[in-house]
Amino acid sequence: MFNRDRWAEILEAMNANRFRTLLTAFGVFWGIFILVLLLALTNGLRNGVGADFGDFATNSMFMWSQGTSKPYKGLPKGRFFSFKLEDVEVLKDQVPELKYVSPRNQLGGFRGSNNVTRNEKTGAYNVYGDYPEFIKQQPMDITAGRFISYSDIGDKRKVAVIGVDVVKGLYDIDEEPIGTYIKINGINFLVVGTFKNPKSNGDQEEEANTIFVPFTTFAQAFNRADNVGWMAITAHDHTQITNVKQRVFDIMKEQRTVHPDDDRAIGHFDLAEEFGRLMGLFSILSLVGYVVGGLVLLSGAIGVSNIMLIVVKERTKEIGVRRALGATPWNVKSQILLESLVLTILSGMWGIACAASAIWLMNFGLSQSGPVDNFANPSVNIGVIFIALTILLLSGILAGLIPATRATQMKPVDALRIE
Amino acid sequence: MIQIKDLHKSYQMGSNSLHVLKGIDFNVKEGELVSIMGSSGSGKSTLLNILGMLDEADLGSYTLDNVSIKNLNEKVAAQYRNKFLGFIFQSFNLINYKNALDNVSMPLYYQGIKRKERTDKALHYLEKVGLADWATHLPSELSGGQKQRVAIARALASDPKVLLADEPTGALDTKTSYEVMELIQGINEEGKTILVVTHEPDIAEMTKRIVNLKDGRIIDDRPVNQILAKAHV
Ligand SMILES: Nc1ncnc2c1ncn2[C@@H]1O[C@H](COP(=O)(O)OP(=O)(O)O)[C@@H](O)[C@H]1O
Ligand SMILES: [Mg+2]
Repeated sequence: MFNRDRWAEILEAMNANRFRTLLTAFGVFWGIFILVLLLALTNGLRNGVGADFGDFATNSMFMWSQGTSKPYKGLPKGRFFSFKLEDVEVLKDQVPELKYVSPRNQLGGFRGSNNVTRNEKTGAYNVYGDYPEFIKQQPMDITAGRFISYSDIGDKRKVAVIGVDVVKGLYDIDEEPIGTYIKINGINFLVVGTFKNPKSNGDQEEEANTIFVPFTTFAQAFNRADNVGWMAITAHDHTQITNVKQRVFDIMKEQRTVHPDDDRAIGHFDLAEEFGRLMGLFSILSLVGYVVGGLVLLSGAIGVSNIMLIVVKERTKEIGVRRALGATPWNVKSQILLESLVLTILSGMWGIACAASAIWLMNFGLSQSGPVDNFANPSVNIGVIFIALTILLLSGILAGLIPATRATQMKPVDALRIE
Repeated sequence: MIQIKDLHKSYQMGSNSLHVLKGIDFNVKEGELVSIMGSSGSGKSTLLNILGMLDEADLGSYTLDNVSIKNLNEKVAAQYRNKFLGFIFQSFNLINYKNALDNVSMPLYYQGIKRKERTDKALHYLEKVGLADWATHLPSELSGGQKQRVAIARALASDPKVLLADEPTGALDTKTSYEVMELIQGINEEGKTILVVTHEPDIAEMTKRIVNLKDGRIIDDRPVNQILAKAHV
């Protein structure tokens, strides 16, 4: 079916009216170009927003206490309470689906007053009291030394792991931070590690402006007793945090003597749910890309079909001659079908190639200008290209079908009589 | 070679029906050169188209080279046309974007013959009609007589049993017409069966037998003393 003569015939026919062939090809080109580009842009948004979520394990939630709204067991409403360290063990015990339960406490923060000093230098930094597994929920690159360990927790060692931006603020360029001391709220801590964020995408300066100290040390040094500020909870991979969180709340309410129906007493942020919601949004955006690109492509295919109809009409006499010379109906039909298919696929491939170049240019621009908010690495995977090619193939066949049937409808004798 | 019996054909035009062929009986033996004469509208082309399997009769039988031609589907009809018949048209009907050689190759292409062999054969027939030097020229670069020679080469290319020519000289001046007739006579001398539709008596006199049609019937069928076109060129 695809021998050299076929190709010669097809090219000859397309060459016979080059301008029209180009115009027709453009419709298909444009459709597939738009389709691929829209999908790539959606991917760029998805990647960009995904990066803003940081590297935090997405199957996680944060949970904090925020005061009761119902009286319960003689306790008044409007009572403030704190989670306790013992609650962590209870949660781990009663909800085996949880992978990590990290209690956390915090000191200072963005635009807070200066709370950390070293020699003459001072700065305002986030100081967290954390457990060793926190680094598994929030991945960081340890650039020197180590993260908090369980012996730090057990011995309540006054050690600190500091972010690269803290290093920048408190140290001279050639100074080695490990083994030095910094003062947090007047208390000396030994620096045992430095870290940076794995991907410096989006605005995450706050993260590297951070100091981690052992939870127990923090509690003792800053008088938190066994109170827990909030918890970062991650579920095992096979369960959704969203599905187990209600059980977590129920246990916490019971632990802290909160009315079982008091839903305002515990605040939380469900990372998995938010992430899922956003990704759902992007699925819709992809769908829009498919629909819009598909429609443009469809109009391109209709254009091809139209042109092929005109071609068939113009060549009625030629087709009659060919049939007189021995062309079977299938000879004629397959010729028209192939012409439409080749036209569609060739112009479609061009569309894909141009879209790929445009995407490459965008990525190049991004890598030159640095990261852009909510947009990163626009790309299409090979699956999308495959789908696009399948759509092209189908539209090529569909576009050729009507003209091909039309081409052999007339009796040869009538076709020959046409002037 | 050709036997037809009681052939009828009418055209339906709205509610009217035009009875064009009203019972034609007619035989052609191998190697004959027959002209079909008649005034305009007498049904000459209709008869030739039925003989060429481009159209179908309503009634009657048609046998070509001992094969009964009846109720053929389009695919088989196409194959028969390719194998048995060569057409020569008044308006040449060359494919305008193909050069002379490719035009001549077309019947061979539909026979599925390989390119190399096809080109050799086509060139051979172009030589036969004296146009080997014009092989790569497009039809638009050829004169009317040359175009008809290319068309004749094309009709010969598949070595058919019968050549069917509908007014082959109708679009040519007298001198060129005689040149084309000389070529046709030569091909007939080599043994090919040829039917020529014409309304020009001088052309008919150059065949070996004249069949006269009037109002859809054969009114006269006689042999002629063939006039050699060569003498007039
Ligand atoms: N497809 C057709 N539909 C209707 N009438 C036709 C058709 N073809 C031919 N005719 C009519 O049939 C008659 C014979 O036509 P034709 O065989 O072409 O005559 P000739 O070739 O002898 O001039 C003419 O009157 C013509 O108008
Ligand atoms: Mg006629």
